[in-house]
Amino acid sequence: MSALFPVVLDSAETARRGQVLAGPVNLTLDGQGICVVLGPNGAGKTSLLRLMHGAARLTAGSIRWSCPTPQARRAQAFVFQRPVMLRRTVLENLAYPLRIRGVRRREAMQRAADWAGRVGLGGMLDRQAPVLSGGEQQKLALARALIAEPALLFLDEPCASLDGRAMREIEEILLAARAAGTSLILSTHDMGQARRLADEVVFMLHGKVHEAGPAHDFFNQTATPEARAFLHGDIVE
Amino acid sequence: MVDLWSGLVQAFWLVVTFNSELVEIALRSLRVSFTALLVASLIAMPLAAILAVKRFRWRRVVIAVLNALMGLPPVVVGLVVYVLLSRSGPLGVLGLLFTPTAMVIAQVIIIVPLIASIAHQSLRDLWQEYHDLLISMNVTQMQKVTTLLWDARRALLTAALAGFGRAIGEVGAIMIVGGNIDHATRVLTTAIALETGKGDFALALALGFVLIALAISVSLAIHWLSRTEREGSW
Ligand SMILES: Nc1ncnc2c1ncn2[C@@H]1O[C@H](COP(=O)(O)OP(=O)(O)OP(=O)(O)O)[C@@H](O)[C@H]1O
Ligand SMILES: [Mg+2]
Repeated sequence: MSALFPVVLDSAETARRGQVLAGPVNLTLDGQGICVVLGPNGAGKTSLLRLMHGAARLTAGSIRWSCPTPQARRAQAFVFQRPVMLRRTVLENLAYPLRIRGVRRREAMQRAADWAGRVGLGGMLDRQAPVLSGGEQQKLALARALIAEPALLFLDEPCASLDGRAMREIEEILLAARAAGTSLILSTHDMGQARRLADEVVFMLHGKVHEAGPAHDFFNQTATPEARAFLHGDIVE
Repeated sequence: MVDLWSGLVQAFWLVVTFNSELVEIALRSLRVSFTALLVASLIAMPLAAILAVKRFRWRRVVIAVLNALMGLPPVVVGLVVYVLLSRSGPLGVLGLLFTPTAMVIAQVIIIVPLIASIAHQSLRDLWQEYHDLLISMNVTQMQKVTTLLWDARRALLTAALAGFGRAIGEVGAIMIVGGNIDHATRVLTTAIALETGKGDFALALALGFVLIALAISVSLAIHWLSRTEREGSW
């Protein structure tokens, strides 16, 4: 399906003013289904996602997609931890990724309205996006990322400010996307969500990948004491 | 005090009787300044957007120069334009000196730095907000620029208004390059200067009030237009 994978990170590292935010990371992902990135605050989850997406600079090592990197970038979308709202209406926000790809206005608006309905924003098409509630903004950001049908979608804590029902709706959308062949890499703090969604788990600590493998193994026979502590909700040092 | 009062009275009569000379001068003022505003905006706004999104070596220098040029003395601009356009100057063959076009050129030079600086400030803030998203979406440089310009259009209107205010109230440069010729290049500000010089304070004041009234109504009209467009948005 996706010609992006496998992706190989070889001692990949991102730093800012000499301070390493994440890395060095050695990791190979085959993009089957949903990969969940876990770890305590400041572990480097956001940094790793941004690094893979190309939104953070690669300062050492390498990241190799199975196709040329620019092509890989075009097939990806990213939902940020803090959603960025264009100062436009909900409908125009949704149509934006299509419009920049040259889709005609009429068709773009139609597909935007369709997606708004799917994430439960159908009643507020003409509202200005920046005045939406936090949860509504998150749904809008998700729909805006999916509308261009990316092969790979990064989600940085997509359900951080959602209530239970909205979270379920989002998870259904994510599972539908997975069923349609989209690869997902998402970070979360919610263990329940991780268990529900993960096909693969990457556990991060202190900027490095501490443990990675199939979700089933991770949740049932954790290899390292730190990951075990994290799973039990203890504080990880 | 008497002068002020009689100025008001005279201004009132000039306006309500649609004094033909006053109308001609006021319309010329508006035409010159609006043309200058249009040309200046077409230069300044894309420039401001490019300065916001593009990282090139001389960016900081360009921004610093623009900011400094905001305080450019109009008389000096007038002088330079005069020299360039005068018959023996490099652009003398165009025969533009002492025409409204020369006045437009001078005003454009004066307000481009102002509009670009103000526009750049708001575009830079907006770019900071949008940066991650637009980079992630792989938009082209051109799309970045158009997106920023469109989404910041309200702030850009304010920048344009500031430019218009500076243009229509400016006198030093257009006096030099326009020559304040009756029925050709006389505008409100140069007429005021002339009448004041002649000692006709009442007429000068009348013209002054008309100028202020014009500036305020243009500003109100534009703000009103922009409000109706974004009805109920914030
Ligand atoms: N732009 C930056 N400049 C300096 N330090 C940064 C920057 N971005 C992140 N960091 C630091 O890098 C570390 C990793 O941050 P990151 O955002 O990747 O963590 P995270 O795992 O996503 O945490 P959270 O669960 O709180 O979102 C943190 O210590 C953070 O303070
Ligand atoms: Mg994070």
